[in-house]
Amino acid sequence: MNIIVPVKLVPDLVEELSIDASGTALDTAWLRMIINEFDDHAIEQAILLKERTGAHVTVLSTNVEGVDDLLFTAAAKGADRLIKLNGDFESGINNHTLARAMATILRDLKPDLVLTGVQANNDLDGSIGPQLAEYLGMPYIGYVSGVTVSGETVIVRKEYPGGLIVEMEASTPVLLGIQAAEQPPRYVAISKVRQMMKTMSIEELDLSTLDSTGAPVVNRMFQPEATGRATMLPENADNAANQLVTIFKELGVL
Amino acid sequence: MNQDIFVAIEHLRGKVSDISYIMLAAAHDLAHSSGGKVVAILLGHNVQELAGNLKADQVLYADHSFLTDFNPEAYQKTLAKIIDEYKPRAVFFGQTSIGMDIVGGISAQLGLPLVSSVRTIEADNKIISQICGGKIMAECKLPETTALITLVPGGYKPELGQSTQLPPITSIPVQMLDGLRIKLNQYIEPETSDVDISKESLLIAVGRGIQNQDNISLAEELAQAIGGVVCASRPVVDQGWLPTSRLVGKSGSTVKPKVYLAIGISGAPEHVEAITGSDVIIAINTDPAAPIFNIAKYGTTADLFDLVPALTEQIRNIKG
Amino acid sequence: MVTTAISNKPSFSQTFFSSLYKVENGERFRTCLQCGSCSGVCPFGYLMDYPPGRMIAGLRADEFDLVMESDTVWMCVSCYACAQICPSKIPITAGLMTRTKEELLLAGNVPTELQSALENSQRYGNPLGESPRKRADWAIGIQPPVTILGRDRRPVDVLWFVGDYPSYHPRVQLVAKSLAKVLNTLGINFGILGPEENTDGDTQRLAGERGLFEMLTEKNGKIFSKYQFEKIITSDPHAYNALKNEYPALGVSYPVQHYTQFLAERIDQLKPLLKQEIPAAVTYHDPCYLGRVNGVFDEPRMLLESIPGVKLMEMSHNHTNSLCCGGGGGGMWLDGFQWEKAHARLSEWRVHEAIDIGANILAVACPYEPPRFEDAIKMTQQAGRVVVKDIVELLAEALG
Repeated sequence: MNIIVPVKLVPDLVEELSIDASGTALDTAWLRMIINEFDDHAIEQAILLKERTGAHVTVLSTNVEGVDDLLFTAAAKGADRLIKLNGDFESGINNHTLARAMATILRDLKPDLVLTGVQANNDLDGSIGPQLAEYLGMPYIGYVSGVTVSGETVIVRKEYPGGLIVEMEASTPVLLGIQAAEQPPRYVAISKVRQMMKTMSIEELDLSTLDSTGAPVVNRMFQPEATGRATMLPENADNAANQLVTIFKELGVL
Repeated sequence: MNQDIFVAIEHLRGKVSDISYIMLAAAHDLAHSSGGKVVAILLGHNVQELAGNLKADQVLYADHSFLTDFNPEAYQKTLAKIIDEYKPRAVFFGQTSIGMDIVGGISAQLGLPLVSSVRTIEADNKIISQICGGKIMAECKLPETTALITLVPGGYKPELGQSTQLPPITSIPVQMLDGLRIKLNQYIEPETSDVDISKESLLIAVGRGIQNQDNISLAEELAQAIGGVVCASRPVVDQGWLPTSRLVGKSGSTVKPKVYLAIGISGAPEHVEAITGSDVIIAINTDPAAPIFNIAKYGTTADLFDLVPALTEQIRNIKG
Repeated sequence: MVTTAISNKPSFSQTFFSSLYKVENGERFRTCLQCGSCSGVCPFGYLMDYPPGRMIAGLRADEFDLVMESDTVWMCVSCYACAQICPSKIPITAGLMTRTKEELLLAGNVPTELQSALENSQRYGNPLGESPRKRADWAIGIQPPVTILGRDRRPVDVLWFVGDYPSYHPRVQLVAKSLAKVLNTLGINFGILGPEENTDGDTQRLAGERGLFEMLTEKNGKIFSKYQFEKIITSDPHAYNALKNEYPALGVSYPVQHYTQFLAERIDQLKPLLKQEIPAAVTYHDPCYLGRVNGVFDEPRMLLESIPGVKLMEMSHNHTNSLCCGGGGGGMWLDGFQWEKAHARLSEWRVHEAIDIGANILAVACPYEPPRFEDAIKMTQQAGRVVVKDIVELLAEALG
């Protein structure tokens, strides 16, 4: 089985984010990027399927700063083939553009199964999975937290609110939006990643002209004003506990 | 293209979900400036009565057995046909496990623009989205052609999308689709536990800040002392430290307790959207910049490992 | 006669055993007497499926795969008690325990708690997952201002390698502020790296992440080479150990002292300034990496005794047989895991020892210790009977 996992880097929310001079995009000076956590789960799910069924796993991403480390880490986890996509990403790239351009590449790679994160923290024009699926002519199921492969049938567990799960199935080829892998993304020792840097190579493919039709135009970006702020209780634990007891009494829960 | 605002109603197991009402509220805001009608699209089988309290100027109702349960492919193709036929000014979808499965495909198929993570509509056709864990807001202008918009909760109260008057319902014909590739096998109920947290009035919630499974006992002890129930945000449940039945958040339960004590929870939007119905939110987090403090009534940066045991002890002393 | 090719591929045990010889003094593994002292002195030896002595036996019996299937190796806190007591002077901690953890890590057998500490160390340069940009925030407001070399670009006499916990952990930031006060009072020309400082990586190394350690050494080495200073001092015995014993082999070599050594050298200048009395029975906990591993016992005690009013006492375990607080070898990030196995914390044991001799103050010199021992005091419900202070906090107090 041929599994492809498109992944992307997104802003790391540990750092404080700021808006650039134009007022319409994030300031990239201090911006630290991290793998989209849902894409990380997609990689984990793909590797789990590889371990169970002997599938071949390809991980691909756009050629931006940090992509090499991301791809070699995926290789250290078990990915068989690494691809980075070249293009003009200077002014950022949205999902409409990427889905269109990637579809051409993916079609040639003839995947049976495409796994990608169900969403990313910087999505403003929907998530990439459903759009990619449409261009590839594949059915799409999102919010998947469990995947079983049985011959050419893929059985998935899809999440609804309240903990309700629905089991759906489709024949390959199919594209899945991963919410969570069946286990959290595994740890990989840095020495293994460094080893991959020496033994694996990353293929480069060029994306055709980028067409961003369909994505919104951002007038401005800004940080939310805190509409309200909690009344802060003391930092000292005992004093805070005292005050909480008083509050609980006032609320009638104590 | 007409100036009507369409809303793709979401329902699950015989109940219209809150996001549908929130979408209707937002749609009315948008319809003010567009001058068109708010039209709810309801797909399903024998679910006409679900249209009962939708605050809409019209309901388009497509009934067929193949639409009984949500199926991404069936719903996407059916809605795409309807949208292509009616060409409204805009269509709202929920940013949910239902809406997000279909809106992207419709955008690609019909070549329609798509804006997601939208929270509110403002005057002059301005759409406000929240991204990056709620840390960044983006203002976009409503795209010119039929605009597809996915809505997150938080900007409107569901009550604003509800009505006591039955809206006019128009049945629209729908053709069974051939060659659907996605099949629904079965529903799997969440593990029944002794407790339904959505009905509890005092919740002690733990987040990533609890650090490990063992420390959850601190919360359990507090819950026991005060008569509450322990629940958790996604990272805790993902690690398997508490069962899914205790999950509070977008993919878990929405809760409406009297008191929600958030311990070591940062306040990411997917969690916050499920607790805004609480009467009083109290947050304990050592990070003064944690977004949870923006929605909590009371907060403290005291270390939970000091505060929770101290609180438990004081409560025990009072209760004797 | 039929000859068939016999597979001579070495077993996992054999490959692993040979890798141990490459560690410094590794050939001594051959001389293990199976006396059992290591397993006996190990603070968690009673819980391990394979305490150190039995691990070596397993290697010899070609059964090391069994050891790899157990997760009790993660109970090892790299306290060096075993290595210190071994009559054959086998490098058990650095060689066997660390190498085993390395293999477990490579096989993906790592407790989740530890996983995030390691991932954070790589991404953010600290195991806590805090923003690197905030690493010098603890120094805001200190007068005279603390020199941050990247910003103030001037040569200094002393580079103070602050460490992760003193930089970010609210309790331990108080220790950092105290040392800043003492250094300023003595008129020392010092600077810190602030956001450019990365975790020294020593505990991560002992937790099995050799690759991460080498990466961090390289990063820190590059930063050091940008600035001019005579020597490095540090408030962290783990950093001291790394900078003194491990970094040079990787090409990063500077004279380094723990702050207690640095201040002890200046005791004649410092002592007259310690005017404020601290009348208390004080006991000093020898941190593993300052005491047992690096032989620094006297200077901390000398500093304590120079404070007026202090009465210094020794706990029953002291100097070379001091009890580990449980934070080393990854233990700092394995609290839940270790608690589930042991239902006892080494830090609590130590606190009992301090109380038993009637100490009012448990004096420490390692940044892991204030939070660990203070938690232990709460857990053993001894709050009020003994408090935890870093030596430098007492010195700062005595300066008035």
